Amino acid sequence: MSSTEELTGAEIVVRCLQEEKVEHVVGYPGGAVLYIYDALFNQDSVKHILVRHEQGAVHAADAYSRSSDKTGVCLVTSGPGVTNAVTGIATAYLDSIPMVVLTGQVPTHAIGLDAFQECDTVGITRPIVKHNFLVKDVRDLAATLKKAFYIARTGRPGPVLVDIPKDVSAKKTAFHYPADVAMRSYTPVVKGHAGQIKKAVQMILTAKRPMIYTGGGVILSDSSAELNQLVDMLGYPCTNTLMGLGAFKATDRKFVGMPGMHGTYEANLAMQNCDVLVAIGARFDDRVIGNPADFAKHQRQIIHIDIDPSSISKRVKVDVPIVGDVKDVMQEVIRQIKASDIKPDAVALDAWWRQIEEWRSRDCLSYDRASEKIKPQYVVEKLWELTNGDAFVTSDVGQHQMWAAQFYKFDKPRRWINSGGLGTMGVGLPYAMGVQMAHPDATVACITGEASIQMCIQELSTCKQYRLPVKLLNLNNGYLGMVRQWQQIEYGSRYSESYVEALPDFVKLAESYGHVGMQITRPRDVEGAIREALKLKDRTVFMDFLTDPAENVWPMVQAGKGLTQMLLGSEEL
Amino acid sequence: MRHIISILLENEAGALSRVAGLFSARGYNIETLTVAPTEDPSLSRMTIVTKGSEDVIEQITKHLNRLIEVVKVVDLSEGAHIERELMLVKVRATGKEREEMKRMAEIFRGRIIDVTDKAYTIELTGDVAKLDAFIEGIDRALILETVRTGVSGIGRGERVLKV
Repeated sequence: MSSTEELTGAEIVVRCLQEEKVEHVVGYPGGAVLYIYDALFNQDSVKHILVRHEQGAVHAADAYSRSSDKTGVCLVTSGPGVTNAVTGIATAYLDSIPMVVLTGQVPTHAIGLDAFQECDTVGITRPIVKHNFLVKDVRDLAATLKKAFYIARTGRPGPVLVDIPKDVSAKKTAFHYPADVAMRSYTPVVKGHAGQIKKAVQMILTAKRPMIYTGGGVILSDSSAELNQLVDMLGYPCTNTLMGLGAFKATDRKFVGMPGMHGTYEANLAMQNCDVLVAIGARFDDRVIGNPADFAKHQRQIIHIDIDPSSISKRVKVDVPIVGDVKDVMQEVIRQIKASDIKPDAVALDAWWRQIEEWRSRDCLSYDRASEKIKPQYVVEKLWELTNGDAFVTSDVGQHQMWAAQFYKFDKPRRWINSGGLGTMGVGLPYAMGVQMAHPDATVACITGEASIQMCIQELSTCKQYRLPVKLLNLNNGYLGMVRQWQQIEYGSRYSESYVEALPDFVKLAESYGHVGMQITRPRDVEGAIREALKLKDRTVFMDFLTDPAENVWPMVQAGKGLTQMLLGSEEL
Repeated sequence: MRHIISILLENEAGALSRVAGLFSARGYNIETLTVAPTEDPSLSRMTIVTKGSEDVIEQITKHLNRLIEVVKVVDLSEGAHIERELMLVKVRATGKEREEMKRMAEIFRGRIIDVTDKAYTIELTGDVAKLDAFIEGIDRALILETVRTGVSGIGRGERVLKV
């Protein structure tokens, strides 16, 4: 799109957002972005959501991307606006989330002079973005924004930041939005190597103890349908990492649960004892495979499909690497399996499944259902039941995050929104806001804890302003629960600074923001409270569940231990 | 193992710090780094000398390729290649040392490019070992100043690194 009239840089920013069909921008104004805010004021197609802290803006834009096929956009001012946004940007980067971050900068003539609200934005954010730009000439602005959106969502996705000095947003130039991007230095691969795929298919079909292990890449590439098809046609066991939950339907018997530090007994033993491991869009994270030396001790062949060559053989040596778009490669794998004369070894597969069922019968996620205290797992189970497993669920970071991942069975991708890589406490509420913006009519629940929620609690005010009816489930155990659990297990129960004294009255707090607050203290009231909250379709509801402070997340693979060295419960301590 | 990695990258502000930042952030080692524009002013050519196991070097080249501004990456040490470094050495050159220093420069095929009553500035090019040998070969006490460019490398024969 071009226009012959001259537009200001700020107007160009807005026109570019319109060209990219951006419906929401989450942000916070300040001196360096005032021209851009002025340009936003004069139009209706891009809706701005005003948060209460820049961190919330970035998290919300991030969740907007995670939960939909769109690219989240946020807008913050220079200096402190940027430094407040840093945590959010790093969070998105570690989970490869496409996002465009627009930042204001002091005028070009003031850059480097320690001007008011100046910081080296490009320098500060360089290690936590896929790419960033400083636009020094308004004539480069439209093409740079085009590149930013393109880079953010192609290849291995990630956040891209565009820093716009104030004078650039004021200067005028003719507007031209390029239709395409051509960059000689950036040409992401799509197709996998044909020979490698052939080799992989052979290996998959002749496996005796196969295991399909998938991560966030399957969700990011929108290839959940391909994964379900692949697993269903093979009848092989499948595990999804924390970032990959929902990619394969969790209510299917072939799903063996999440792997890793708090993975299921059956998933971890299958990861360790399989003879062919098919890793798809996963990166053998330390929280997933435990000690890499111990993981490598077990003989198995590994196929690794990933768009990013640097993820391959980074922590674990693989036998058949396939670099390519996960969706494209899986489609080709499925096509070749259908065409192949080789059929999976039914006898071997049957024996393998009997072994897995034996592991599964350990019932590693069991907990005391007769307890007088509210068990956090019970709250998540009830939420799953009462939302028919179909809600969008965000979480913060800690024990509640693991219980949410273990007990909410996600059958669809992009429903489970959490910070896996960076592990950022405080994401839960702004994530829920971002999801609700992308899906105004959906049920959005935020499973959080009394510590995490206080890291971004100011966003309750944003929920009120924009009527974002998210449902918060605060699993309140009075402790920084995961810290306390590690201290109990690894630091001789010395609970150093993990007890949170002087908590606010969350009911009153929610009410003071204009929301509905509830406190639930008895197990028998859990179901009723969630039902009531879900009925309040247009209200933000804060449910404060006083849960068992001593409850731990099981199973647990301690840091540095092998995957099979799981602790299954307190009795093993 | 020592490796010489050659990189073609967009000649843009900040590209160098992306490369340098990658090395420091991931704990890779840089022995020398040289960079300058090529005959095409939109491109810079960088040579990095680094040390690491095969696994580490593989990760380094993969991560370099991941940088948006990097166009091409080659590990020169994988094939036949030539490497050169330029060194300027200012040495005290008085009395009997004056003649000795001139002789050493000639042996090493260096050139004296600046002369005063008391000092010579010697220009030397060669591989790292040759420059090291020169430093070892003269009396250390006579060295006033040295400056080295770091290694530049190029493939032998028809092997080229080009867009």
